[in-house]
Amino acid sequence: MTPSEGLLVRRIREGTVIDHIPAGRALAVLRILGITGREGLRVAVVMNVESRRLGRKDIVKVEGRHLSSEEVNRIALIAPSATINIVKGYQVIEKKRVKLPSVIEGIVACTNPTCITRKPREPLRPRFRILAERPLQLQCTYCGTIIDEEDVLEQLEEAGEERR
Amino acid sequence: MPRGNWEGRDAISILDFTRDDLEELFDVAARMKEMLQRGRVPRLLEGRIVALAFFEPSTRTRLSFETAAKRLGAETIGFAGEEATSLAKGENLADTIRMLDGYADAIVIRHRYEGSALYAAEVAEKPVINAGDGKQHHPTQAMLDLYTVKELFGTIDGLVYGVLGDLRFGRAASSFILALTLYQPRKLYLISPPLLRARPEVRARLDEAGIDYEEVSKLDDVLGELDVLYVTRIQRERFPDPREYEKVRGSYRVTRELLERGAKPELRVLHPLPRVDEIAANVDSSRYAAYFLQARNGVPVRMALLSLILGAEV
Ligand SMILES: [Zn+2]
Repeated sequence: MTPSEGLLVRRIREGTVIDHIPAGRALAVLRILGITGREGLRVAVVMNVESRRLGRKDIVKVEGRHLSSEEVNRIALIAPSATINIVKGYQVIEKKRVKLPSVIEGIVACTNPTCITRKPREPLRPRFRILAERPLQLQCTYCGTIIDEEDVLEQLEEAGEERR
Repeated sequence: MPRGNWEGRDAISILDFTRDDLEELFDVAARMKEMLQRGRVPRLLEGRIVALAFFEPSTRTRLSFETAAKRLGAETIGFAGEEATSLAKGENLADTIRMLDGYADAIVIRHRYEGSALYAAEVAEKPVINAGDGKQHHPTQAMLDLYTVKELFGTIDGLVYGVLGDLRFGRAASSFILALTLYQPRKLYLISPPLLRARPEVRARLDEAGIDYEEVSKLDDVLGELDVLYVTRIQRERFPDPREYEKVRGSYRVTRELLERGAKPELRVLHPLPRVDEIAANVDSSRYAAYFLQARNGVPVRMALLSLILGAEV
């Protein structure tokens, strides 16, 4: 960790620091977490800083909130390199790597308009299996449609717009 | 003979089955066919009820399943056409399937949404047979297609296949292509206009299975190499520009003259039917036509499937 990064992490007293996000995806990470800024949480977004591992990276710091493992795994969809630092009393007390679950359920919608998961009033959640992690490829369990990282990012952007 | 892995099983995709499963199914189908020809079929499914849930109209497939069930002494219940439409309006698919699950021993479903059969199988306790879901799967069609190839050539491996038509939206074509990945075709040509090429997930499966395949646009280029030509319908509605359709239409018309000029004498033409004009009527009486045999094989193959899944002593 470079000295400046160290400072960024340390400035949080209590909360979560999501580090090693691929450059430019910090806002998508916030969208996956459902954070708009209006929750009253103190949020810091650092974009395009130098990183030894990634070249450039983004960092998101959320004060006063700890992430559940389900939320962590959602992040893996678009930021598989991310690390999660849980901070308490200015100290990183836990470091987690994000890990894609073998099945993705309920986060992403199938892009095929005639997929059964798109039919209204059916009690089922979209479900995908991971075909490839980098670049991301998900396959709908129901209709077989393959969706990629761009589709996922696009959906997150749309979801962000709907909330606004 | 022990058939432990058949009873109670769903048939959602042709890829739910192994090659050994299919070989076993074909053995039973051959015996069914023999019994049908002799006119003596034991009532192996006496007292059983098969539900035919046709949310999307398909007279041929429905009649084929109904015949298969009745030949074996089973009763059928179900709905089709208007009735299905009003039912679909009133309640969701899950509830309709739950109802049928309570009445019948097996459920055959046809629905216009992809994945509906898998969903039905998740909801139902009884075995579910997919009779076509959207553009995705039509496993029993693929079964009877392979059975027909085997009957004609004695083998499914080692042949050169051409699948012609709408490979993007056609479920029979998709299922047939997927089915071939369980075998070892010598070569597979996917013949279609660029607009109607096979979907990415189908091609991903071909790659995964290591099938030697090639996508081509013109039948003429490969016709001379083929042992099996599987023709499917190309619908005008699939084309955003009707002039594009008119252009490809002629190039995918299979005529007797074309076959006599360019095909091997052993070539056999399959088609899931109904056809419009992609195969000329003068092919029907030629040595090449195998599609009527193929259509007739639907009943014994579905008889075999129903009796295996319902655990009849065959
Ligand atoms: Zn889907």
